[in-house]
Amino acid sequence: MTDNSRRRFLKQGGALLAASTLPVSLVELAFGKGSEDRFTFAYISDSHITQIKGNRFVRNWDRGLIRAVAEANLLDPRPDFVFYGGDIAQLGKPEEIDHGLELLGGLRGKVHYVMGEHDYYVDLGEYWRKQLGPDHYSFDHKGVHFVVLNSILTHEHWMHRKWDSGMDRMKEMARLDNPNGQPFMVGEAQRAWLKKDLAKVRKDTPVVVLSHSPLQKIYKGWNFWTDDAEQVQALLQRFDKVTVLYGHVHQIQTNQIGNISFHSAMATAWPWPYPESYRQKASYLPRLTVHMNRADPFFERDATGWQFIDMHSGRVDVSYILPDNSNRRVVFDEKSGHPVDTKYQDPARRIPPQKHY
Amino acid sequence: MKRNKTVRGLAALASIAMVLTAAPRADEFSEEDLARWQQEYMAVVKKGDRLFHGGLSSDNTVSCDQCHPNAANTHPETYPKFQQQLGRVAELWEMINWCIENPLESAPLAADDPRMTALQAYIAEERRGAVLEPGKH
Repeated sequence: MTDNSRRRFLKQGGALLAASTLPVSLVELAFGKGSEDRFTFAYISDSHITQIKGNRFVRNWDRGLIRAVAEANLLDPRPDFVFYGGDIAQLGKPEEIDHGLELLGGLRGKVHYVMGEHDYYVDLGEYWRKQLGPDHYSFDHKGVHFVVLNSILTHEHWMHRKWDSGMDRMKEMARLDNPNGQPFMVGEAQRAWLKKDLAKVRKDTPVVVLSHSPLQKIYKGWNFWTDDAEQVQALLQRFDKVTVLYGHVHQIQTNQIGNISFHSAMATAWPWPYPESYRQKASYLPRLTVHMNRADPFFERDATGWQFIDMHSGRVDVSYILPDNSNRRVVFDEKSGHPVDTKYQDPARRIPPQKHY
Repeated sequence: MKRNKTVRGLAALASIAMVLTAAPRADEFSEEDLARWQQEYMAVVKKGDRLFHGGLSSDNTVSCDQCHPNAANTHPETYPKFQQQLGRVAELWEMINWCIENPLESAPLAADDPRMTALQAYIAEERRGAVLEPGKH
């Protein structure tokens, strides 16, 4: 290698490194002149901060959140705010929630939080609400109506049955593949609140709903599921443009049901298999989904990451920021009327690691 | 002499009786045997299920099912295979140990440790019906 080519190599290498760590080009695209209805926000989810003992926490999960916070802080210009999609903690302990919030405290800008089942079932959300406020709420931002729901409730009789301890209840819910698992639901009271909240919103106002579980039914065995999803969808039907953003599934999923676009968030902690990888039960992964690459466990951050959302004309484009992999981008395609992966939507363009079995 | 004969006769009778009442020959087993063997196997699967779901002593509390619900994405039917990250052909039990040592930050098991057998039994049971495809990626 001559000096010249080595310099060139280093320069190109440097550019590649910058491109993979600083998603700046995405931001420039998002902020065209005279596009006041455009704005951006970051979306981080599922950190599962786990206390081992005392002040010892599982290093791997800590690193995922630390990395997401550091990368989101590099966004320039700044996103208007950050959403956290739920499951800060693994077992809902105050120590875990506090440690997670301490790491999230490094984020520049306002953070809106969503309740996850791992934050909830030890004390039915008491400590989380004490630290972060109500678990369902709405607000308006630059012409968009945002709604946050607590979608991880379940049957009242199960939640309030005689448990030896809250931790017993938590551990039942924390096991994803629990054969005695209970289905997630938004519940009647919150649906009534949602109906009232949406009543004052005009039909042409873009609506973005955030929930922890998918507000659609994919696979009940792992609670990739919300039991009253159809009833919630019905309340959203009269709006022209609706987007649902959810966590819980630790993988990229994409769907369009009528007027509603669905996007999932990756976890900062670890990825989950797509449900069809469990061959003993049928599941219904939305067909628009372009699978993530199969995770390489030897790179502990592979197939984990965070999201960067570009909101324009009431539609949502999602950039999936993957530390050990190529970033992915899923944008709303006006022509087809649903979100598409900008690179891999055409099945002919997909690559071998995207095949799950 | 007479006494010796009697003893021999009794011994012969006893051995005939043993043949009549003892376990069947190697290639003869009954529905009851099949049921019992299945039961023995499922007991080990159940043990593996418990180990997989937090029953292994894990130094950092992390358990196998956290990344592999229902043991999904373990692909036992593809082993042995060239494990590109190791640069050689590996068996499933080696990869189980890889997980125990890394995400679980714990001490590996011997290849013939009954717990390793149980983990492999559970993983294979959750994958039953898959076509055997050694080497597949």
